[in-house]
Amino acid sequence: MEKAIRKYWPIFVLPTLVAFSVGFIYPFVQGLYLSFCKFTTIKKVTFNGIDNYAYAIQDSGFWHSFWFTALFTVVSTVLINVIAFAIALALTNKIKGSNVYRTVFFMPNLIGGIVLGYIWQILLNCVLSLMEKPLLALNATYGFIGLIILMCWQQIGYMMIIYIAGLQSIPDDYIEAAKIDGATTGQILFRIKIPNVMPSITICTFLTITNGFKLFDQNLALTGGEPAHASEMLALNIYNTFYSRTGPQWKGYGQAKAVIFCIMVIIISMIQLRITKSREVQQ
Amino acid sequence: MKIKKVLALGLVALMSVATFAGCGDGGKDSAGADGKGKVYYLNFKPEADEAWQEIAKQYTDETGVEVTVITAASGTYEETLQSEIAKDEAPTLFQVNGPVGLANWKDYCYDLKDSSLYNELTSDSFALYDGDAVAGIAYVIESYGIIVNTELLDKAGYSLDDIKGFDDLKKVAEDITARKDELGFAAFTSAGMDGSSDWRFKTHLANLPIYFEYQDKGIDSTDAIEGKYLDNYKNIWDLYINNATCAPGDLAGKTGDDAENEFASGEAVFYQNGSWEYKNLTDKGMTDEQLAMMPIYIGAGDEANQGLCTGTENYWCVNSEASEEDIQATIDFLTWMVTSDAGTKMLADNIGVIPFKKAADTTNLFVLNDRKYTEDGKTPVSWNFTTMPSEEWKNGVGSALTAYAAGTGEWDDVVKAFVDGWASEYAAANN
Repeated sequence: MEKAIRKYWPIFVLPTLVAFSVGFIYPFVQGLYLSFCKFTTIKKVTFNGIDNYAYAIQDSGFWHSFWFTALFTVVSTVLINVIAFAIALALTNKIKGSNVYRTVFFMPNLIGGIVLGYIWQILLNCVLSLMEKPLLALNATYGFIGLIILMCWQQIGYMMIIYIAGLQSIPDDYIEAAKIDGATTGQILFRIKIPNVMPSITICTFLTITNGFKLFDQNLALTGGEPAHASEMLALNIYNTFYSRTGPQWKGYGQAKAVIFCIMVIIISMIQLRITKSREVQQ
Repeated sequence: MKIKKVLALGLVALMSVATFAGCGDGGKDSAGADGKGKVYYLNFKPEADEAWQEIAKQYTDETGVEVTVITAASGTYEETLQSEIAKDEAPTLFQVNGPVGLANWKDYCYDLKDSSLYNELTSDSFALYDGDAVAGIAYVIESYGIIVNTELLDKAGYSLDDIKGFDDLKKVAEDITARKDELGFAAFTSAGMDGSSDWRFKTHLANLPIYFEYQDKGIDSTDAIEGKYLDNYKNIWDLYINNATCAPGDLAGKTGDDAENEFASGEAVFYQNGSWEYKNLTDKGMTDEQLAMMPIYIGAGDEANQGLCTGTENYWCVNSEASEEDIQATIDFLTWMVTSDAGTKMLADNIGVIPFKKAADTTNLFVLNDRKYTEDGKTPVSWNFTTMPSEEWKNGVGSALTAYAAGTGEWDDVVKAFVDGWASEYAAANN
C-alpha cells in the first residue's frame, strides 16, 4: 500500500493541485504583476513601475489602518484565546449538559460576518443611544470595542472546540500521577495541561492572528470605517482604495497595498508559528 | 498494471472535469444563435429592476433578440461594473453618472453620435460628451426638493403658499417643533446618515451651495470650491437635524427606509427626496392630495424664483469593446425603448421623465410639480453634484456632517472637508 502511494502520489495530488493553481496561484501571480500597473479592467493594463508602491508606502491612511489592525489583532488574539481556553477547561470538567453548552458556544460561528456585523450594529447602537453616547459611526474607540466584542462572540466557540479536543487528548494518567504527587490545580494547569495543548495553542493563535489581520466583513458591516476612515482596517482600506476611488491609478495603488498586506501577514504568522511551535512538547 | 494506470488517469481526469464543471458556465456562444447579437444591461436602479425584467422579456418575445438585465445591489454599481466588464460576457450597456464617472469609463464608451438613439433626444444638452464623441445619453430627468405632506401642514395651520423662502421654512419648522407633542408629528423626517440615506445630504443638499457659487461666478465646474454659501448649508442642516423626528445624535444610524416610513406614516411634514420616491410613497398608501414637492430654500440667490433641483446623473453608455452585432443590438433595443409605446410607457411609469421625442406622459406628481414651477417662470436648480471631484469627497463631507450633528465634531470640520477636500480630491483625480 505504502509503495503504491509513493509511486502514484502525483496522480492523487493532481486534482487539488490543478484547483489550487487555477484558484490561487494564477490569480496571485497576476495580482503581483498588476501591482506594477495602471488599469481599469484587467484586460487593458499599462506598466507603471514601482509608482504604486511608492504611493502605498507614503499613504497615511494605509498606515493608520495598519496600526489600528495591529492593535485589534493583539487585543482580539489575547482575549479570544484566554476566554476560549477558560471555557474549554470548564466544559471538559464533568458539568451536566456540557454538550449543550459546547453547541451553544459554537453556534455564532455559523453565521456569516456581514449578517453578524449588521445585527451587532443595531444592538450596540441601541445600547449607545440609551446611554446617550455617540453611536458607533461617530467614535472610533467604540467602533474598536464593538469589533472586539463581535469577534470574541463569533470566534470563541470555534477556538473552544479546538482547545477541548486538545485537553481531551491529554492522557488521564498524567493528571492522576500529578495529583498523587500532590500537585495543586494551578500546577496541573501550567505544568501539564498547557504544555500538552501547545499544538492547539499554535493552531488557535495562528487562526486568530490571521483572522484579525484579514478581518473584512465585520468591519465593513459594523463601522464601515467611520468616522472618516478612523476605524478602517487594512483589508477595508485596500478595498476602498481599489473600488471606491475613480480613476485607473487607484486600482494599481490598491493592488500594491494588497501585495504589501499579504507579505506582512505571511511574515507575522511565520514568526508566530515559530515561537509557539518551539514550545510544543512530545507526549 | 498498465490498465490500472490508464484507469487511474481516467478517474483523475473525470474528477478534474467534475470539479470545474461548475465554473464552466461561460461557454455559451458569444453572439446570438442567428447572428442577431444580444443585449446585456447592467442596471443601476434597483427600484426599477422588476420593470426592466418585464420589458426585456417583452422585447425578446417581439424581436427574438436576447436581452439580459442584471441589477447591481444598491451602492455597489461601480464595483459590479468593474468586475462584469472584465468578463467575456461583458455588459453591452451600462451607465455612468456624469463627467466624473465618465472619466473612469471613457475608454469603454462607444461613440453614439451617428446612432438612431442620439437622434431621438429632445436636446443636445442631454448627451454626455467626451471631446466630440457622444459617450453617454441621459435617459431620465429627475427632480428633487422637499416633499411635503400637505395634509399635516394644513393641520399645523399653514399652507404651501406660506413658505416662500428659507426664513418662512424655518419659522414653520420651528413652530411645528414647539408644538410637536400637541400636534403629534415632527417637522422633518430623520436626516439619516447611514449609507442608504446620507447621499441625500452629502450629495443632493450639498448641490445647493455649489450651485449658487457656480451661478455667482458663471462657471459650471471648478478645481477649487470657495465655500461662499456654506453658512447657508449650515443653516438648512441645522434646521433639518434640530426639528426632526429623532435626536441629532441618533442620525448616524438612521436609514433611508426609516425616513421613508416616518414620512409615509405621517410622523413628519417635510422629507427631502426626489421624484423617484413617488412610487414608493404611493405604494405605501399616500395619495396625490397629500403630497407636493417644494424647492429646497437655503436663503441664497433669488428665492422667489427658485424651482426644484432638476437634472440627471443617469447616462446610458454602450460598451465599445462588445462585438459589432451586440453594439447594434443594444442600440436597437434602446431605440425601441424610447420610441415604442411599451418602452416609453415603462420608462414613464417606472423611471420618470425621459428626454426623448416620443416620451409618454407621466403621472408622477413630483414631475408635474416641477413642470408647474417651470411654467410659472421659476428657474430650476441644476444638478452640479455630478462635478463633485470624487466619492471620497462626498464621504468626507458626510462623515463631518454626521459628527457635527451628533456634537462630536465642529462645523469647521465640514467646511474643511468641503473646501480643502475639494482641492485635494480634485488634484488626486486629475493628476
